Amino acid sequence: MNNQRRQVLKAGSGAALLSILAAAGMITPGMALADWNKSAFDAKSMADTLKALGASSTADSKEVQVTGPDIAENGAVVPVGVSSSLPNVTMVAILIEKNPNALAASFVLPEGTEANVQTRVKMGQTSNVYALVKSDGKFFMATKEIKVTLGGCGG
Amino acid sequence: MANPMKIRAAHKDGVTEVKVLVSHEMETGQRKDSAGAVVPAWFITELTAKHNDKVVLTSEFGPSVSKNPYLAFKFKGGAKGDKVVVSWKDNKGDSRTDEAAIA
Repeated sequence: MNNQRRQVLKAGSGAALLSILAAAGMITPGMALADWNKSAFDAKSMADTLKALGASSTADSKEVQVTGPDIAENGAVVPVGVSSSLPNVTMVAILIEKNPNALAASFVLPEGTEANVQTRVKMGQTSNVYALVKSDGKFFMATKEIKVTLGGCGG
Repeated sequence: MANPMKIRAAHKDGVTEVKVLVSHEMETGQRKDSAGAVVPAWFITELTAKHNDKVVLTSEFGPSVSKNPYLAFKFKGGAKGDKVVVSWKDNKGDSRTDEAAIA
């Protein structure tokens, strides 16, 4: 006879059983998002986002480049690229200051992957776009203003 | 099930450049439909690229990455015919994996 199973069944039914299982870690809500850095993506301001990413102090660097158009006609599709000539870059993030949530995307680069990524982002309005690069454990930033003539986040 | 990704990988001078075009709505959760109800957020949260079982890029996306996300990156090494495997996961738990050979 399986004693443990007996006890779980005896302990309760329905909601009570569910909460016991959840407490035991057998059911975890939102398990699919376990690795996703929710606090960083939920942060509204630049400062909060940097904190959530662990970048307590950042320095401006000329060795980090943000590429993108000066004027984006369509805010729904703005090509943005980040490249850097700094050594040992392990992380790259793209932040858009005036979007509802500043962080757009972050990339983890293992050894052998170059600090050169391009993607496309949405921008609600004209804003500074920041590139955050982690090199040798230190954080460096660069910025570029991209003007948006038609927002990409409206209804 | 989501539509397949388009993956192009090209090798040149010791460096492989990978370009990925994912087919995904990337709904922000900020938009409202004609009835005024908020359209729930639906976006890719994680994307991983592998070359011969070695991870070459992991990325986390927020909802402000454009619809049908495009991504380009480069890594050292790789040879013609090697496989590049890209997989993503969205906030609804859906996922997809596609692969391409380096040209």
